[in-house]
Amino acid sequence: MSDTSARATISGSSLAATPLLEISNLNVGFTTQRGVVPAVNGVNFTIMPGETVAIVGESGSGKSTTAHAIIGLLPGTGKVTGGQILFDGIDLATATEKKLEEVRGNLIGFVPQDPMSNLNPVLNIGFQVQETLVANGKATRGKDAKAKAITVLQQAGLGDAEHRLRQYPHQFSGGMRQRVLIGIGLSSTPKLLIADEPTSALDVTVQRTILDHLAGLTREAGTAVLFITHDLGLAAERAEKLIVMYKGKIVESGPSVEILQNPQHPYTQRLVAAAPSLASRRIQSSSRPLATLDYVAPSIAGDVDLIATAEAHAEHTPVTKTLVPSIVVKDLTKVFQINTGKLQRQPFTAVDQVSFTIAKGTTTALVGESGSGKSTVARLILKLDEATSGSITVDGEDVAKLKGRELLALRRRMQPVFQDPFGSLDPLYNIGSTIAEPLVTHKVGGRKEQRARVLELLDQVALPTALADRYPNELSGGQRQRVAIARALALKPDIVILDEAVSALDVLVQAQILALLSELQSELDLTYLFITHDLAVVRLVADNVCVMQKGKIVEAAATDEVFGNPKQEYTKELLAAIPGAGIQLAV
Amino acid sequence: MPSNTPLSPTHFVAPLDETPLVAVDKVSISERKSNLYLDAWRDVRGRVLFYVAGAVIILILVVALFPSLFTSIDPKYCNLDLSNAGPGAGHLLGSTFQGCDIYSRIIYGAGTSLSVGFIVTVLVTIIGVVIGAVAGFYGGWVDAVLSRIGDIFFSIPYILAAVVIMSLFAAYRNVWTLSLAIGIFAWPSVARILRGQILSVKNADYVTSATALGVSRFKILVKHVLPNSVAPVIVITTIGLAGAIVAESTLSFLGVGLGSDSISWGNEISNAQTQLRTDPSNLIYPSIALSITVLAFILMGEVVRDALDPKARARR
Repeated sequence: MSDTSARATISGSSLAATPLLEISNLNVGFTTQRGVVPAVNGVNFTIMPGETVAIVGESGSGKSTTAHAIIGLLPGTGKVTGGQILFDGIDLATATEKKLEEVRGNLIGFVPQDPMSNLNPVLNIGFQVQETLVANGKATRGKDAKAKAITVLQQAGLGDAEHRLRQYPHQFSGGMRQRVLIGIGLSSTPKLLIADEPTSALDVTVQRTILDHLAGLTREAGTAVLFITHDLGLAAERAEKLIVMYKGKIVESGPSVEILQNPQHPYTQRLVAAAPSLASRRIQSSSRPLATLDYVAPSIAGDVDLIATAEAHAEHTPVTKTLVPSIVVKDLTKVFQINTGKLQRQPFTAVDQVSFTIAKGTTTALVGESGSGKSTVARLILKLDEATSGSITVDGEDVAKLKGRELLALRRRMQPVFQDPFGSLDPLYNIGSTIAEPLVTHKVGGRKEQRARVLELLDQVALPTALADRYPNELSGGQRQRVAIARALALKPDIVILDEAVSALDVLVQAQILALLSELQSELDLTYLFITHDLAVVRLVADNVCVMQKGKIVEAAATDEVFGNPKQEYTKELLAAIPGAGIQLAV
Repeated sequence: MPSNTPLSPTHFVAPLDETPLVAVDKVSISERKSNLYLDAWRDVRGRVLFYVAGAVIILILVVALFPSLFTSIDPKYCNLDLSNAGPGAGHLLGSTFQGCDIYSRIIYGAGTSLSVGFIVTVLVTIIGVVIGAVAGFYGGWVDAVLSRIGDIFFSIPYILAAVVIMSLFAAYRNVWTLSLAIGIFAWPSVARILRGQILSVKNADYVTSATALGVSRFKILVKHVLPNSVAPVIVITTIGLAGAIVAESTLSFLGVGLGSDSISWGNEISNAQTQLRTDPSNLIYPSIALSITVLAFILMGEVVRDALDPKARARR
């Protein structure tokens, strides 16, 4: 890597300003039993004062490690093994812990990823904000600190700050906690703010308001911001400069819009092609199978260009099919009794008079933010919970009345795929047994036939058949999700209910799974109910969309209709909140 | 997609050969299969402590099963001429106050002490697992009732309870009644741990998936939930076995354990009280046998615990 330091290509523009942060040839490694595993490999970049820079990459690309190395907060056995981190003339890579403590908080603020675990649940908010202020010498303990803490919360956009100071983290929503963390991060007006996936745990609309607010604050104070994100659209929208990392190295960097419109490195091209927020149309599966999608082709395996495929298919007029209703949901209502803690129970309507119809062989997306009741609808349709009122009809049969053998027959026709790839497979079952479980439960075929079917299914989801004897923890998230799909398909169901099935995956893997789902749909004439919080993904997979808010469906229409001509204010808000939606790609 | 518009001077592109692209989500099949128990077994086999503790445990088991292999002296043959005699010909560790051979009595006592240990462990595991699993998995009022029963048993120290039971049934003192008396009050800790474990496992997506498949509740409990919850139970029963052996000694020492006619380490220690000053070897040798056995089981428990906890494995 000796040549990497030589071409620090992005060392600022022609302006003679000195960079605020200059990282040259940074190497970070983690010590394990098998020696030092490099995580960051010869990284060079600079941040000018007041500039916003985003590092984009998939999980494991080294983006977070780079950020943590800057403030000397590498987890576990992580260590800077080479290079320089020059911040305002100080080399942070070799600085003493004491020096680092001065820099941290004071000169470099940090907003962590998970607002749920980064505030101490047993201390009130006021104490935690004041602690930071006092530690950074911005206030003296007591009245002064309290007054300044109030200002910090007000600046972070929290109303009634004085009252809020006495509250505890559990009384705050995720968005409010992230505001507190941003407030803490900016409390001592640092020169640089590092935000590590600051909003990836939040709903899109909350994400937007928080990022807008953050942008306003930093612009005002002239703070430079280093964003770490997996979302290319978000990065491009929020940062002037983009750094794309892959396998611990920078593969491309430069002005955001230019990278998006004219990506040079094949990896960046892949990313741009797969980013759902930037793509425009549904992957059409009705006219011809999507075998043309590249994910099976070994030479360019992984290059799933969703945009190109969607465009190509859009030109073929879909074969007009007679639409037979597969699932009919009518006036579905589910009321939960919530314990209020005072020996009382309060009714809570999670699903409120929901009605929709899904035609056979099509995909209907149920979109909504967390708490909108979308997953409850899925559980009701799957008959994992009983509805309070209303009816669900699957292929003409009323689900509520089914019992015993008939219920088993229904279960055979309808299978779910869940969100968490790490929870959806029993860790003690090997892949073969996992996929065969539906066959064993429903006594389909003998041992030999079952084994043959397992191998066939593995093949169908593009996994090597050798995996049948392996266990889930040997697989990646995307591969586990494939296994979950294979298992769902084992009994040849008509309906698959996908509950946030791709939400936990990296964009490239997500694009691959979406393409797979699309192909399977056209091959097996499957009906999908696709539940997601991500409108951007919806556009790629769904024929129809139902937008849910607080248990009610506020808008339901064909996908193009919803995206092109949203009727409801809430839908418009959701659409506007898709990061990067406004950026035009030169295709 | 790349167009021919010139790049801005700040636009940097790494040469492709520096970071060759790998297929998205490529499947790499490692040489060895891996799941919690396979990994634990592999881990255990790499630890010296496992072999040391294992060897001691096997030796003690062989002694307990075939005591006649290790001594030809009848432990019940006592010669008052040899009262409190030191080590001598034929009597490796000397003799007791009654003139019995100490070595032989230790060898023959192993069986009794270990039997109590194993019977108690089996009993505690069966009761604890059944109650913990049913309470945790079915929840609701079943859980409420079973957990309260557990709490009642838990609130009484099991040694105290065993003392009371054994004094009540003084006429029936044998290995079985003693084990029952210890076990009947020791199960709540197993039940509690398993219940907690099951509560976290039963909400996993794979359990929901199985439900959506139509697998019956009981089958889900046995096939998915239990195997994924029992790891901590394995650990505490290994360590608990040592505790049961100690409990036998304690009760015998207090005079409410096994009858004075049976040979056990606890009885030996109890009988040695009177000659503590004159002939401490009466006390010391059975105590050493007890300590080594207990230590071996506790160390084995530690090894198993480390192996079944992936985080502890990563720390090493």
